[in-house]
Amino acid sequence: MTRTSDIGVMDKTRNIGIAMTRREDERLLTGGGRFLDDLPFGDFYEAAILRSNYPHARILAVNTDAAKRLNGVIAVFTANELGPILKDLPPKVVHPKLNYQVRLAIAKEYVRYIGEPIAVVVAENRYIAEDALELIEVDYEPLGSVGSTAEALKVGAPLVHVGSETNVAVHIIQQAGDPEAALKTAPHVLSETFEVTRGGGHSIEGRAVAARFDEVTRQLIVWDNTQAPHYVRQMLATIYEVGEDEIRLIAPADIGGGFGPKAQFYGEEVLIPWIAMEIKHAVKWIEDRWENFVSATMERSQTHRVEVGFDEDGHLLVLKDVFEHDQGAYCVGLQVPTITMSTLPGPYVIPNIHSELIACYTNIVPTSSLRGAGRPQAVVAMERMMDRIAEHLGIEASEVRRRNLIQPDQFPYAVGLTFRDGSPLTYDSGNYPELLDGVLSRIDLKAFRGEQAAARKTGKFLGLGLAMFVEGTGIGPYEGARVRLTNRGRVLVSLAASPQGQGYETVYAQVAADALGCDIGLVEVRHGDTSFIPYGQGTFASRITATVGPAVWEASGELRADIISVAASLLKTDVGGLDLRGDAVEVVGDPEKRVTLADIASIANVGRHGMSVPRDLPVAIERTSYFKPTQAVYSSGISAVIVSVDVETGKIEIIRSILGHDCGNVLNPLLVEGQILGGHAHGIGNAIYEEAKYSRDGQPQAVSYLDYALPTAMEVPTPELFHVISPSPLNPLGVKGSGEGGTIPLPASVANAVEDALRPFGARICELPLTPQRVLAAVYGLPKLES
Amino acid sequence: MSETIDIDPIESKLWITLTINGSKGSYFVEQRLTLADFLRKEVGLVGTHLGCEHGSCGACTIIMDDKAVRSCLLLAVQADGASIETVEGLARDGALTPLQEAFRAHHALQCGYCTSGFLLSLVARLREGPIETEAEARESLSGNICRCTGYTGMVSALLSLSNSNGEDGEKP
Amino acid sequence: MKPSRFTYHAPTDLDEVLDLLAKYGDEAKVLAGGQSLIPMLNFRLLAPAHLIDINRVSELRNYLLDDSGLNVGALVRHRELETSPEVELAYPILHEGLTNIAHVQIRNRGTVCGSLAHADSAAELPSIMVALDASMNVRSQSSQRSVRAEEFFRFHLTSDLDSSELLVSVDIPALGTGTVGVFDEITRRKGDFALVGAAVLGTWDSGGKIQDCRIVCSGVAPTPLRLREAEQFVSGTDLSDDVLVGVQQLVMESLEPTEDIHTSAEYRKKVTGVIVRRGLARLTDQRRAIHV
Repeated sequence: MTRTSDIGVMDKTRNIGIAMTRREDERLLTGGGRFLDDLPFGDFYEAAILRSNYPHARILAVNTDAAKRLNGVIAVFTANELGPILKDLPPKVVHPKLNYQVRLAIAKEYVRYIGEPIAVVVAENRYIAEDALELIEVDYEPLGSVGSTAEALKVGAPLVHVGSETNVAVHIIQQAGDPEAALKTAPHVLSETFEVTRGGGHSIEGRAVAARFDEVTRQLIVWDNTQAPHYVRQMLATIYEVGEDEIRLIAPADIGGGFGPKAQFYGEEVLIPWIAMEIKHAVKWIEDRWENFVSATMERSQTHRVEVGFDEDGHLLVLKDVFEHDQGAYCVGLQVPTITMSTLPGPYVIPNIHSELIACYTNIVPTSSLRGAGRPQAVVAMERMMDRIAEHLGIEASEVRRRNLIQPDQFPYAVGLTFRDGSPLTYDSGNYPELLDGVLSRIDLKAFRGEQAAARKTGKFLGLGLAMFVEGTGIGPYEGARVRLTNRGRVLVSLAASPQGQGYETVYAQVAADALGCDIGLVEVRHGDTSFIPYGQGTFASRITATVGPAVWEASGELRADIISVAASLLKTDVGGLDLRGDAVEVVGDPEKRVTLADIASIANVGRHGMSVPRDLPVAIERTSYFKPTQAVYSSGISAVIVSVDVETGKIEIIRSILGHDCGNVLNPLLVEGQILGGHAHGIGNAIYEEAKYSRDGQPQAVSYLDYALPTAMEVPTPELFHVISPSPLNPLGVKGSGEGGTIPLPASVANAVEDALRPFGARICELPLTPQRVLAAVYGLPKLES
Repeated sequence: MSETIDIDPIESKLWITLTINGSKGSYFVEQRLTLADFLRKEVGLVGTHLGCEHGSCGACTIIMDDKAVRSCLLLAVQADGASIETVEGLARDGALTPLQEAFRAHHALQCGYCTSGFLLSLVARLREGPIETEAEARESLSGNICRCTGYTGMVSALLSLSNSNGEDGEKP
Repeated sequence: MKPSRFTYHAPTDLDEVLDLLAKYGDEAKVLAGGQSLIPMLNFRLLAPAHLIDINRVSELRNYLLDDSGLNVGALVRHRELETSPEVELAYPILHEGLTNIAHVQIRNRGTVCGSLAHADSAAELPSIMVALDASMNVRSQSSQRSVRAEEFFRFHLTSDLDSSELLVSVDIPALGTGTVGVFDEITRRKGDFALVGAAVLGTWDSGGKIQDCRIVCSGVAPTPLRLREAEQFVSGTDLSDDVLVGVQQLVMESLEPTEDIHTSAEYRKKVTGVIVRRGLARLTDQRRAIHV
């Protein structure tokens, strides 16, 4: 096992690695949280948005006269009044072959999904704004529409974008080795088709935007519960054609969950600030749950056709996966399917790989990253086939995995594909055999098989499922931290990225305090405001620990050097004999000789107005570091679940869930485990419960929590967690991301477990989530539930 | 443009008197205003959050007349004469209650948006008796949804309360 | 998701409620627990001009359990009945059904009569009331009538009430000696509406045979569905394994359930047979419990 001491960071630290409880908690536990709609905005008007009722239609006319006349309504806007901002909202990740289609903030001539904005009402309050929505008349000319990739790819299917030649958004192939030749010569080839359906992020707080043009400072102030404040600011600056400093974008201190959808850029974010400027009055828009169902990006719908070739011993020779990805009505970005493409091979040595993406436009709200971001689907494709190989050869699925794992001495390991960040898919570090051993040391396989056989005789069906994954995290281009010695001798850490419950205020105080050597009580962390630090990217793709972490570490280390230099000047000694401890710099071996941070700030920051200082005295003690990773760092993990399946009702009970996770060094075990546990619950939701159903023509059929089943405490068991620690050599903290690892393997492991349980029936589990309906269909061959 | 469509805003309002976290007050409220919006917008108690506005997620759970209820499924006018407890009323003397402390110690919250609803559900439940088993803990959590934590920290927090001299999460 | 405007009425006696219903009829909705009504207002699926809040009508607030049965007033909350030890003892099937309704926060407000008037075919109480042969006491300004549960549910979300009527209470007859009943359902999650549910009730005679069996299903038809053929098949038997297998088969072959986004007709067909069988098997367990 790779040890933390190999990296050396943890040895001299006092805060990193400690399971500290959070600084954020007290305010959140007492109702003092600062979520966007909790802020005391005063007389902000409230907006409501008229959204398309049709999955595809031409808008012939919109009549807002009656709405405008309603008492309490301030203004109503349609595309006609918003000409200057009818500009493309560009996708995050593109590809030269993308069949590019413009996405506007508000529909002009066509609507292409139910939920697409058509008009914005601004009123004295949301109740009146919603009254006004009912008074707007839209004359639609309904057009043909498609509610799945299967529908979209049919010959003669209605086109999502009238005038386009096809519903295919992009068709990309990545290859390593010679997969076609390998498929021809492989002794065994198995194939299967797997479908994963749509699910949502379902942060309990919806999206929200508020804006006010400050006439005094001539600055547009936007409050937005986004995961990526600087990204949103830049989008707005581009669309409004202003410099970035003319907009201050504030992500409130508390954001009620993100999970990916809040890292995307939406029309509402363009509309609300612009309207605030147009009407010269502050406005806010708070997304309600219905809007969240129909307008926040979601994910997961893919159909995979997988072939694997292998030898008599189960060694993988070739993997071929051709998959359809549901892009939704517009391309918000190609990050999800490109991540799927490169996540397929996982922890295995596969000499020949063919990964082929067919992304399709459909008449559904666009898809984009959601906790896991294309990986759960890839893991379903790969890990389900690993179990099929085991079944085919009559050996344990764990043994097939063992024989194919990349070994600890093979890192850095070049897979031969390209990752979503544009860099070669090269795993930096890991110990996949130890993950597998971690599970096998907790489950006595032989005893389980005995128990399984005995249970079957009594009509009880138990199954074991495994799934392993490798997850690219900590991607670029950069992320920043600004660390300042304040004039009162405290340390202020400012981050660009905004948290949604990850505990930045706690964990980055730990990192800064250790890099500085000072008392952690002196360190304060704030975040999410573009006025705190000029540049940043945001919280997504499990990237913050491995980008902000090193940035805070580096900036704090530089700040420490500056502070010690000031102290050396004041104490008239050499920097080599000084140490920063507690709230002061002291002479090593003579702690009576010391100078406090407050005194240092007084000399170096406050200064004496107009007076010169010595040439070697650092002044204005602040440091900003932007950490720029050279490539992604690769976390990994394993899920093992034991289920009991009621073959008469299709109900699944998870009896045990074991999760092994490797995200390198762990900065705060309490928070990292929190991330993994939360991800695990989301993964169980995707495996068994959550399904955003659509009709064939794109009508959403689950737009309330009565129809969309989020897991509660009754459905999510407490998993047994263990860590493997393979520090990354690519950043100074040796860390990797942990935000999504709990989610990624669960759909595959649960499906494997259910298929294992149902092996006496020869049941084939090929569609997720595993609703009672689908389980019984697999047992008895019942017909599929049609949309 | 023709005349304004007007609905008399005064006529649609009613006076209510109720007790909120121990303080009695009278308010003139819109008939259709939900209790959740009333608490948030009129009283300024923004710790009660809206997550779904159809009674499913539990973020808006408060205690009304000793019962945990969804404040999004009540009208403010229905609360006339009622006694309401919200998250702001839990830590009265500035010190967290044992339940709140247990939540912090066990990392039972992340984003914190759903937390007040969970707390109020649990305060009401703990008044009925201690939560002693994992099954009881899960049952008592099942009427609220958390998307961040996977509930594990909350289950541990509740079990830690029953293991520490039967404290019920309420200050005496 | 904010409700449309309405005029709110808060009558304090029943006559006032009935006057308001007579006056506003189709334009009004009765607000009792509001746990189904207010979501529909918030989604603006309903926009009544008048909302008649009956929560201040004290004469509707009580339930009464005596030798003749149980009378449940329009304002009795699920939770109130659920936590009554006497009601649990007298009607275990009702208690079991109540604990399956949503979550405690909803049951704290939701009313028994409100659930019945809402007439959701996938809900627990309508089927249980049909199994228990309950009667709905319905009043309007000008009339008073009693409707047997079996006739009360007309369609999904549609009861026999007309717009001027109020369901003032429900009467559940006392259960005889040897009468046992269970309610079971298959849901996605605990607290959800039933994919399929079944209330099963019968009376063990002294000879160890089950008599007057009632089997009523939730979630399979636009109203609670009595499986009369199955009732006849099992009544008079000892509910032996052969009988149970037979009735499961019978239900699976004869049922023609509805399909919706939650599950298929085929699923409901198959699983209704299963839960009817399981429910009947539990009646045998209960018989043992009675005799032990």
